[in-house]
Amino acid sequence: MKVLVTVKEVAEVADDFEIEGLSIPETFLEYDLNEWDDYAVEAAVRIAEDRDDVEVVAVTIGPERSEETIRMALAKGADRAIRVWDDALAEADLLDPTTTARILAAVAEEEDPDLVLSGVQAADDAFGATGVALADLLDMGWAAVVNDLELAAGEASVRRELEGGVEELTTVSLPAVLTIQTGINEPRYASLRGIRQAQRKELTVRILADLDLDPSLVDDALTLAGMAKPESESDATIFEGGAEETATELETVLRDAGVGAE
Amino acid sequence: MSDVLVVADHRRGELRDVSYELLTAGRDLADAMGGDLHATVVGGDVAAFADKLDCEGVDAIHTVAEGEEFNHDVTVAAVTALFEALDPGAVVMPNSVNGLDYAPAVATRLSLPLVTDAVALDYDDGLTVTREMYGSKVETAVDVTSDPAALTIRGGEWPAAEGAGDAEVSAFEVDVDESAVRSTVRGFEEVGAGDVDISEAEFVVSVGRGIEEEENLELIEELAEALDATLAASRPIVDNGWLPKNRQVGQSGKVVTPEIYLAIGISGAVQHVAGMKGAETIIAVNTDPDAPIFDIADYGIVDDLFEVVPELIERFE
Repeated sequence: MKVLVTVKEVAEVADDFEIEGLSIPETFLEYDLNEWDDYAVEAAVRIAEDRDDVEVVAVTIGPERSEETIRMALAKGADRAIRVWDDALAEADLLDPTTTARILAAVAEEEDPDLVLSGVQAADDAFGATGVALADLLDMGWAAVVNDLELAAGEASVRRELEGGVEELTTVSLPAVLTIQTGINEPRYASLRGIRQAQRKELTVRILADLDLDPSLVDDALTLAGMAKPESESDATIFEGGAEETATELETVLRDAGVGAE
Repeated sequence: MSDVLVVADHRRGELRDVSYELLTAGRDLADAMGGDLHATVVGGDVAAFADKLDCEGVDAIHTVAEGEEFNHDVTVAAVTALFEALDPGAVVMPNSVNGLDYAPAVATRLSLPLVTDAVALDYDDGLTVTREMYGSKVETAVDVTSDPAALTIRGGEWPAAEGAGDAEVSAFEVDVDESAVRSTVRGFEEVGAGDVDISEAEFVVSVGRGIEEEENLELIEELAEALDATLAASRPIVDNGWLPKNRQVGQSGKVVTPEIYLAIGISGAVQHVAGMKGAETIIAVNTDPDAPIFDIADYGIVDDLFEVVPELIERFE
């Protein structure tokens, strides 16, 4: 059995960041493995640990810097990794999630996995659409926002986390793409041994032409036209001063509301 | 001149609120594009749903009577077939959990550009979608340079459509290829039942990522006890297994409407706010002055919770 897990290196912005034109300067950005993908990697590695002959392949679209992130997936137990990058991708400001899915689909077609695990969304652009688009392009079944997963012969029994504390119990036939929600498991920390081993695991770099994709694919219909900090709508009364003073002010508000009255 | 098609959201026999918001967003967009507003509902009691969806400004409603509950394979087949029949300038879907389970496939199957989680739509010679990035810290404008387009909208951003309409209601027949239906819904389960129902609480003390370590939770438990409040949490705390699911406030957890909601170390992501914005008085303690929680708070303290909380406990012990 082969499990393909899609991962993304995402940028997190610092609290007091600034915007220059249509981007945020590097000094305000910190890169990490996307939180949702961390859970997807863990789910894939657990499948491999529970069974014989499971290969876990991690795939990412990202610049050389993102090798640190995909090595983290290898350190946690993925067997090998594929990184797709291209000059065309470096120049694109914003990718339509269906374009991202087309690139991943080209990799998946070569790998021919039985199961694909993706994070529900990426913490940066938050489209939440790549996994389902990928499934449709591959003509596979799928389930979005999965927080429990059990595999049986030829199918996956999953729970989909709907709104309002309701879960949908669904069976999906394999091969399938599942988008993994946070909380489905407890992602492990990479061990020192795992980190050492990851350095020796296979990491293949592909450009779009290697995947028979035309680089013009990235000139899709989405263009970033503006970027701004949302206007604060705050009309909150902010208590100023040290903790002693602010706690006293808050105490007054709470006591006025009847808190602490016997 | 282009029409707009919106797809209603329903679950377990009820239309969800976003369905009516979709009608408003769709009507505005149809006006800007100079076309009609079409709505569709797939599955369930479609006649009753059509009746409810017939609000002011809706020109046509297409019912697809296929199945009782949502199934993404059926929905994709229905929406793509209807799209091809109507040839609209945009198809607008909900950014709900079910919306995200079919909208991307509608886009790939019809080769449409896809923009999800829109909070505003503008059309002036072309479509511009406003949406957030980096966990609501950045707002972006995205130009969609070809049409038609597939969109999903965030719930709660548009007012619900109201009034009685005179839409033409018609059944739309779809050939669903049974072999293409690869998923089966086996049932539903309410989660998060247990010893406490936070949705009934009058005073909620809620803790988020700012608490950093499981050991530190004790401090907030002490605070809740001193204040005689019910303890709740945002998603990361529950994801980490530090508190049970029945304590989770937010879109996928419980909706609470207490008199006082004291948010400690919670940034106020949109999914969390969906579960507590109905509180009478919202108080937030957070180190980040730009945290979105302050946008909806009535009172705020911009400080380290580990400084403020012990002071507060002392005053109520």
